[in-house]
Amino acid sequence: MDDLRDKYIALIAEAGNEATLEELRVQAVGKKGEISLKMRELGKMTPEERQVMGPKLNTLKDEINSALAMKKEALADAALDERLKGEWLDVTLPGRARREGTIHPVSQVMEEVTAIFADLGFSVAEGPQIETDWYNFDALNIPGHHPARAEMDTFYTHRAEGDNRPPHVLRTHTSPVQIRSMEKHGAPIRIICPGRVYRADYDQTHTPMFHQVEGLAIGKDISMANLKWVLEEFFSAFFGTHVDTRFRASHFPFTEPSAEVDIQCEWVDGQVKVGEGNDWLEVLGSGMVHPKVLEAGGIDPNEYQGFAFGIGIDRLAMLKYGIPDLRAFFDSDLRWLRHYGFASLDQPTLHGGLSR
Amino acid sequence: MKFTLSWLKDHLETQATLDEILYALTDLGLEVEGVEDPAAKLAGFTLAKVVHAEQHPDADRLRVCKVATDEGEKQIVCGAPNAREGITVVLAKPGDYVPGIDVTLSVGNIRGVESHGMMASERELELSDEHDGIIELPSGEVGEKFVDWLAANDPAKVDAVIEIAITPNRPDALGVRGIALDLAARGLGTMKPAPKAEIAGGCPSRINITIDDEARKDGCEVFAGRLIKGVTNGPSPKWLQDRLRAIGLRPISALVDVTNFFTFDRNRPLHVFDADKVKGDLRVHRTKGGETLVGLDEKEYTFGAGQVVISDDEGIESIGGIMGGLPTGCTEETTNVFLEAAVWDRVQIAYTGRALKINSDARYRNERGIDPAFNMEAIDLATQMIIDLCGGEPSEVVVAGEVPDVSRAYKLDTDRVQSLVGMEIPAETQRATLTALGFVIEGDMAQVPSWRPDVMGEADLVEEVARVASLTKLEGKPMRRPVEGIPAPILSPMQKREQIARRTAAALGYNECVTYSFIDKASAELFGGGSDATMLENPISSEMSHMRPALLPGLLQAAARNQARGYMDMALFECGAAFHGGEPGEQHLLISGLLVGKTVGKDVHGESRGVDLYDVKADAEAILAAIGAPAKVQILRGAREWWHPGRHGKICLGPKKVLGVFGELHPKVLAAMDVKGPAVAFTIWPEEIPMPRKKNATRPALAINDLQAVERDFAFVVDKDVEALTLVNAAAGADKALIEDVRVFDEFIGGALGEDKKSIAVTVRLQPTDKTLKEADIEAVAGKIVEKVTKATGGSLRG
Repeated sequence: MDDLRDKYIALIAEAGNEATLEELRVQAVGKKGEISLKMRELGKMTPEERQVMGPKLNTLKDEINSALAMKKEALADAALDERLKGEWLDVTLPGRARREGTIHPVSQVMEEVTAIFADLGFSVAEGPQIETDWYNFDALNIPGHHPARAEMDTFYTHRAEGDNRPPHVLRTHTSPVQIRSMEKHGAPIRIICPGRVYRADYDQTHTPMFHQVEGLAIGKDISMANLKWVLEEFFSAFFGTHVDTRFRASHFPFTEPSAEVDIQCEWVDGQVKVGEGNDWLEVLGSGMVHPKVLEAGGIDPNEYQGFAFGIGIDRLAMLKYGIPDLRAFFDSDLRWLRHYGFASLDQPTLHGGLSR
Repeated sequence: MKFTLSWLKDHLETQATLDEILYALTDLGLEVEGVEDPAAKLAGFTLAKVVHAEQHPDADRLRVCKVATDEGEKQIVCGAPNAREGITVVLAKPGDYVPGIDVTLSVGNIRGVESHGMMASERELELSDEHDGIIELPSGEVGEKFVDWLAANDPAKVDAVIEIAITPNRPDALGVRGIALDLAARGLGTMKPAPKAEIAGGCPSRINITIDDEARKDGCEVFAGRLIKGVTNGPSPKWLQDRLRAIGLRPISALVDVTNFFTFDRNRPLHVFDADKVKGDLRVHRTKGGETLVGLDEKEYTFGAGQVVISDDEGIESIGGIMGGLPTGCTEETTNVFLEAAVWDRVQIAYTGRALKINSDARYRNERGIDPAFNMEAIDLATQMIIDLCGGEPSEVVVAGEVPDVSRAYKLDTDRVQSLVGMEIPAETQRATLTALGFVIEGDMAQVPSWRPDVMGEADLVEEVARVASLTKLEGKPMRRPVEGIPAPILSPMQKREQIARRTAAALGYNECVTYSFIDKASAELFGGGSDATMLENPISSEMSHMRPALLPGLLQAAARNQARGYMDMALFECGAAFHGGEPGEQHLLISGLLVGKTVGKDVHGESRGVDLYDVKADAEAILAAIGAPAKVQILRGAREWWHPGRHGKICLGPKKVLGVFGELHPKVLAAMDVKGPAVAFTIWPEEIPMPRKKNATRPALAINDLQAVERDFAFVVDKDVEALTLVNAAAGADKALIEDVRVFDEFIGGALGEDKKSIAVTVRLQPTDKTLKEADIEAVAGKIVEKVTKATGGSLRG
């Protein structure tokens, strides 16, 4: 019995392919195989002999079957290994080409600004880009002869011959949205108004179109000190570092008192770093909403007061992301769009950070 | 507005340094735009005296001088012809920077002789162009600072020139005295008394003045004048010339310089006529239109109707309050002069000045507002100065009109000031500030000074108090959220939709562009715009003359620019407003995408191929799905003419409700816009997509069927122009309950089928709901599908 076992185990171990293995299987445990024949002989044995030989033969059969199975798997593995050896690809080839889209810095920064002000309870108001001169000027306390009107480099729309209505304007600021929002919602109100604005000016630092965000907060006791706090909170959140502001008295027809606001900065190698150093950079105009403007928006200035400010979105983007030239914003140069653009999933949030 | 420090000190008694003054000006709202301080670059130089001078042993033109200095006697080699014993000179020592030659000195060795500094010429110190010799001072002690000597002997040379920006509300700060008043109110000094003059004229004025009634209203409030006979005009004195030059004005003659002096000293424009050139009397009236006058700037102006001018018997001689006329202007030969001080209507000045395009110092001040109460005093003060400089005999003053009464008072609510500003400013301080600025406080009312036309209400009082108190000192105070707790979302559904559309487009591989809202007429016309209603009256260039009717022309121009730079393949998109009219609100939100060239750059895996309309169809559908458009839409044809007529589709909810368009752009449009194709695009109207009716976030329950689904493929031969969707819809209609999906997976045109035929293959997915499908069930449905499709398309099952 042991001879039989040793013989087959050795033969199985030596088998070089599946066909040989199959032959061995038939030879050993096939219907007419050596072991099967021996099992048939059990019937002729005495019960005592059978009790000894039966289990032995069964064990032998199992052993041979198991050796066959193991050898079969080993052979398959070896064959697979051999095949895979030939299946070699150049993994240094580029992956399948795919386009990568980007979000324009103006859109990105608008979302950043919106995320910050949303947390302070400001909603986003929008309005028409072609405006009447009443909304763009008169309602903002800039009458027809006011020098500020001439200084704004306003674009006017064409009027047909015989049409004597005053021409409309391309809004020179997003402030008209303030008036429309006050008319619609009354007080108290907190809004930001981001959007395109237009001035007839084109040089190194000016483009005839740019983006502004206007802020307006009207309540019973909102003060200029609140304005300062809101702006400092905003700038600190936006630039990701504490930013001090400095208020300087100024004049805008639609606010009183008015202040120009500087942010703390430092110039290093011609680049500005916000939130460090001892220099100041003028970034926005602001003030307490003029009573006449509140009245124009249908709000009683004896009951309500509040602040307004306006800041350039493109300017914010330039400062934060180190973009040197405003004109390039609107040129759609692919190299620029890819370099300064943002990934589609880089959605600014306060909890995840406004930028990476 | 430019002025010099010494000019300021004519009005302000102050010990403040230049830096303190500059800081205060900006902080008060008179923003310093520039300052030139000539003293700064001269600070190191001291006076010295040449005690001995002898010929250089090796150079004919050089002298070796022994010079007494604050650091003892030094040897200096000098090439100036006037370097000689006994003269007082200006010394620059080793280590000093000499501005005129841009050199920092060191100890020199000139032909074997050591030289310990230099004696400077005026040019070397940038005091003048004088370089014939070194400076010889008529006085001064050895060791004295040169700037101190200049301050005492030639102050104009070290006078700092300050330039400030004036906001339109502060005409009072267009005169140096007004600026001084602001600084005094801030506590930077005290006001010196204003000069006084009272001139009693000796004789009546030969020239009289009248104002036409129609020019009186909203034209000229008051016109005062006086004849001064027997003046001697000529150059004005040095101090006056120095001042005018320092602020960038050219001295002309004493008479003219006097008027310019008052313009800048007191914000008081004046005019002088050569009385001998004035024929008859002067009359203020309105123009009829078409008249002309050559102004003092030697340009001819043609008047419109209704502008306010001054005429003599011969015609118009002066544009009231804006510019005098050349024919009656004063010259060196003028001996009799007529001096004018008038108060004009500001609005009228602004409109006339704008119409004639004259930007004069007089217009600038008269349109912002001068002090009307100063009018009569100004005549006397200017007369006095003319007599002082030019001699002459003044007449009585002639006046037409009346000095307007601008007196008014507003309530000073000191609590309101603190509530608005959010800063504690004691009531007493508030009253003191206003008083210092010239307001007269009576009880709680503040009487406004006549030189502050900008103060028109209580809010303006707040501004005055706040800016003098200094907003720099303002401390931020937290502003609470309107509602405690976690902030609610603030974006409107449409704003959210816009954001998602934008980010989906970027995720699909498009680069976002922001292009100008205005575009050239030809491009606008290609996209259905370019009408006069959307035209700008004053475009910045013909490339930007019309509001864009769509986003595609801007994107195509961007594509052309990129192609010109060598970038041929791109995916661009923009999300923003387009304009369908010229009225406010005639704008609509669009998102457009443009694919040009290849899908991707050359690619080893064969991914690169020309873009086609199915690319943009998929992208448009992806964006529509992302922003909540219904899945069931119709694809119709017949969009506008800039699309390829056979290769575009409108994504619609019914024939009138177009959510988007996709397709190839018309080859003529591409050619006109210089874009090399292929180019395909989509446009989506996000506002057209119906808002979902449901308000909660709950999803419908998911129904998963455990029974095995079965897929069967069918190929039909149909005419070439049969649309796949017709076939799909017909197949799907065969058994709506059982058929879950019908999907086209192959299209084959022509070949053995014949030129006008094509084969379309679809996979139909059958999803049983109550029992497993048996072959007979499947056969039954298949039969119905073939029947329906055959009926709908006229085609047949491909054998």
